[in-house]
Amino acid sequence: MNNLLSIITFLPLVAAVILALFLRGDDEAAARNAKYLALAATVATFLFSLLVLVGFDPADTGFQFVEEGEWIMGLKYKMGVDGISVLFVMLTTFMMPLTIWASWGVTSRVKEYMIAFLLLETLMLGVFMALDLVLFYLFFEAGLIPMFLIIGIWGGKERIYASFKFFLYTFLGSVLMLVAMIYMFVDAGTTDIPTLTAHKFGSEDFSLLGIQIVGGAQTLLFLAFFASFAVKMPMWPVHTWLPDAHVQAPTAGSVVLAAILLKMGGYGFLRFSLPMFPVGADVMACFVLWMSAIAIVYTSLVALVQEDMKKLIAYSSVAHMGYVTAGIFSLNQQGLDGAIFQMISHGFISGALFLCVGVIYDRMHTRDIDAYGGLVNRMPAYALIFMFFTMANVGLPGTSGFVGEFLTLVGMFKANTWVALVATSGVIFSAAYALYLYRRVVFGDLIKESLKSITEMNAREKAIFAPLVFMTLLLGVYPSLVTDIIGPSVEALLTNFHAAIPADAEMAQAAAH
Amino acid sequence: MSSVDIQTVLPELILAVYAMVALLGAVYTSKDGLAKPITWITGAVMVLVALMVAGGDGNTAAFGGMFLDDAYSRFAKVAILLAAAAVLVMGEATMSRRGLLKFEYPILVTLGTVGMMVMVSAGDLMTLYMGLELQSLSLYVVASLNRDSVKSTEAGLKYFVLGALSSGLLLYGSSLVYGYSGTTLFSGIIEAANHGQVGLGLLIGLVFVTAGLAFKVSAVPFHMWTPDVYEGAPTPVTAFFATAPKLAAMGLFARVLFDAFGQAVGDWQQIIALLAVLSMFLGAFAAIGQTNIKRLMAYSSIAHMGFALLGLAAGSEYGVQAMLLYMAVYLTMNIGTFAFIMSMERDGRPVTDIAALNQFAVNDKLKGLAMLILLFSLAGVPPMLGFFAKYGVLIAAVQAGMAWLAVAGVIASVIGAFYYLRIVYFMYFGEEGEGLELNMSPAAWAALMGSAAIILLGVVNFFGIEGAAAAAAEALVK
Repeated sequence: MNNLLSIITFLPLVAAVILALFLRGDDEAAARNAKYLALAATVATFLFSLLVLVGFDPADTGFQFVEEGEWIMGLKYKMGVDGISVLFVMLTTFMMPLTIWASWGVTSRVKEYMIAFLLLETLMLGVFMALDLVLFYLFFEAGLIPMFLIIGIWGGKERIYASFKFFLYTFLGSVLMLVAMIYMFVDAGTTDIPTLTAHKFGSEDFSLLGIQIVGGAQTLLFLAFFASFAVKMPMWPVHTWLPDAHVQAPTAGSVVLAAILLKMGGYGFLRFSLPMFPVGADVMACFVLWMSAIAIVYTSLVALVQEDMKKLIAYSSVAHMGYVTAGIFSLNQQGLDGAIFQMISHGFISGALFLCVGVIYDRMHTRDIDAYGGLVNRMPAYALIFMFFTMANVGLPGTSGFVGEFLTLVGMFKANTWVALVATSGVIFSAAYALYLYRRVVFGDLIKESLKSITEMNAREKAIFAPLVFMTLLLGVYPSLVTDIIGPSVEALLTNFHAAIPADAEMAQAAAH
Repeated sequence: MSSVDIQTVLPELILAVYAMVALLGAVYTSKDGLAKPITWITGAVMVLVALMVAGGDGNTAAFGGMFLDDAYSRFAKVAILLAAAAVLVMGEATMSRRGLLKFEYPILVTLGTVGMMVMVSAGDLMTLYMGLELQSLSLYVVASLNRDSVKSTEAGLKYFVLGALSSGLLLYGSSLVYGYSGTTLFSGIIEAANHGQVGLGLLIGLVFVTAGLAFKVSAVPFHMWTPDVYEGAPTPVTAFFATAPKLAAMGLFARVLFDAFGQAVGDWQQIIALLAVLSMFLGAFAAIGQTNIKRLMAYSSIAHMGFALLGLAAGSEYGVQAMLLYMAVYLTMNIGTFAFIMSMERDGRPVTDIAALNQFAVNDKLKGLAMLILLFSLAGVPPMLGFFAKYGVLIAAVQAGMAWLAVAGVIASVIGAFYYLRIVYFMYFGEEGEGLELNMSPAAWAALMGSAAIILLGVVNFFGIEGAAAAAAEALVK
């Protein structure tokens, strides 16, 4: 099958269209059919994506499964995966069935809900596979529409504020990227991503409005892309949309947001910022490293004082994304490997944590930490699963969280010891807020009247967590499952990167002599 | 006058003769009783003429170069005719419900359309003015079609006074251009400009002509009439104002700038760029506070004209192509949006308050979805065609070395996105309110669904109009 990637990408879309056109009625039967069709479509997508994983050759650092076709306005429809993107595709297809399954309890506008999520899956998969700048932008931006509606329609009390903030923040970031993309097209004459990666954009210093721009056009391009990816990531100080969006989004929306949408920023850095603007990235690396270090410490401290469970986990996500950006801009093998690993592992862990919150939110309809306490007495299985993911979030050895954090810290240490020093303190803070949360919710005496009748997780809820627990453990004890796939591509990326930077190239030459 | 001349203006002639026949027929028979069939027949005639125009080819200059027929004018004419036909037909039911379906309405629209066709074919300052006035005079009258409404008559009067002012500016500019180049033919003016530097007198003439035309496309700072006229005129008439005349004026604008002043691109580029930036930003900011959806659409159209001017400001062939595509997409989006707006009613009375849309999409999912697509397209979010239209003009601007203009444009589009989102917000998650009855005729329904489908499915291949736009741009920018 030489259009496997298109099948994977558009299968959820087809299901969404079928739902929209052929499923009539608002009764319970229709709602049930919508749920089953959505689940079937996402599972089928996952099975198809397994074919990609099986057929993928890690040793080949180029793009694989490439499809190409003519499109409008001189653009190309081009899809493909390499070692960097293939695991993000897998993460998406893996998480979506769980997300749909976790939404079994949705009662209002079920059909539209499922359509929105299926649409979102298509767009997210497209982001990770697109090999044309504008095609990438199309998927990247269009994802805002279903997410806007998901937060706005199925969200909590402050959903309107949150949905507008989410949309406008990310939109502003990405339109600057659009201008940069247009500049790139005008400069290089193509929107083909592999060709653009090989193209050398101007890096001569020049002065603009009296300011000396080191790294020239590359730095400006880097900054324009940075505006988009940093917001998406999100990096401190443009992270403020995330806690709002998370708190107001329905559980499944939070899971998708944390597990997949946030990874688009990191993926963007790896696909565009480093390979296309190496000089610009090199100029800005130190700055980004320190931003990440601040993010890790600052947002961890903020997480410590949160009263809302979802907000706490949202801030913890920002802190973990800090490790990712720091890892990427360490610009060495460990840092990049660690960053990708951290993103994958964070996808499982943060998704699971939001599901954990969802389990008790469905029962008590509050996210206030103070409203809980002593849950272990009534929900032992829940307490166990919540503890497992809390520990994974903290980075306990044996879970995937540890591997990601450790690798990125090693990378940081090699790049900038001081940044590593500051960032490592974040590990302690993360233990503090995560354990503090766990103690307040799960331990203690069950004294609250309203909690006396809370019920244990049912079989469906347990079953949703099972694959997540399995993946977290598997990657924790056998990380080379991931690193073997991403390793060669990352190595190739770094080789090209350092060859493009004059100072590094000279050093390599001197070492050779 | 040779037979070639007649053949070249045949589409205009057919429409003009048709208008006369329809007028006589209606006056001497049952008058307004015939309004409904005339509206539909007019729509059909326009579509037929559009097909006839689309079938033409070649490059003819009739009447000694005063009237041009080329790929450019044909592209614009087809778009104008189809848009006018669509607006007429979809507004018929609404007009008759409000007791406004007089037989003059389709006839005036037809005459206005003839004027627009002359405008985009103009090869001479005289033809330009003739087409422009024919169009404007028809529009002044239809704006105040609702004779008993103070707002409607005010709209007509305002439009007329300000329109007359802009015509005056245009005429003054034309006389200067004539005085300093010795001819009113575009081909002569471009030669006069070719001999060395563009003279100061010619330049001042150019500025006045530009100002006059900027009035017609409602570019800032010549936009003041737009919100009031949009608000005051009956909604189907507003729909007409927002579509075909905008394309005609933009088409004429490009025609004058390239055919007559194509040698002085550097001289007018900055003016157009300034108009574009001001329009984009004013359109974006002023619409935020609007509660009336018609006024909001007025500011939205100002912002969109700013983007279309961005393509023109590039001063390149690709820029013209991007402008034409932009206008085609703009027309499609506006036809759909206005088909919806004109059907908004409560207890049989028109409603224009945005808050009336509360929870609309919950009750009427299909129409809500169609509006969602159109609104996100207006905001320029992919994968809708509105995004590709913006993408095109931005590329043109960057290619012309005006990256700052592109940056300004995208920032304005983010600000603009807010008010489109606000409508989506009302429709999808507003509070329960008084609600709204959507009294939609089958024609309006078809217009709404058709345009939403075009805007969404165009992402696959743009329905092949890219090639036509490219040929049109090539014909204009030789």
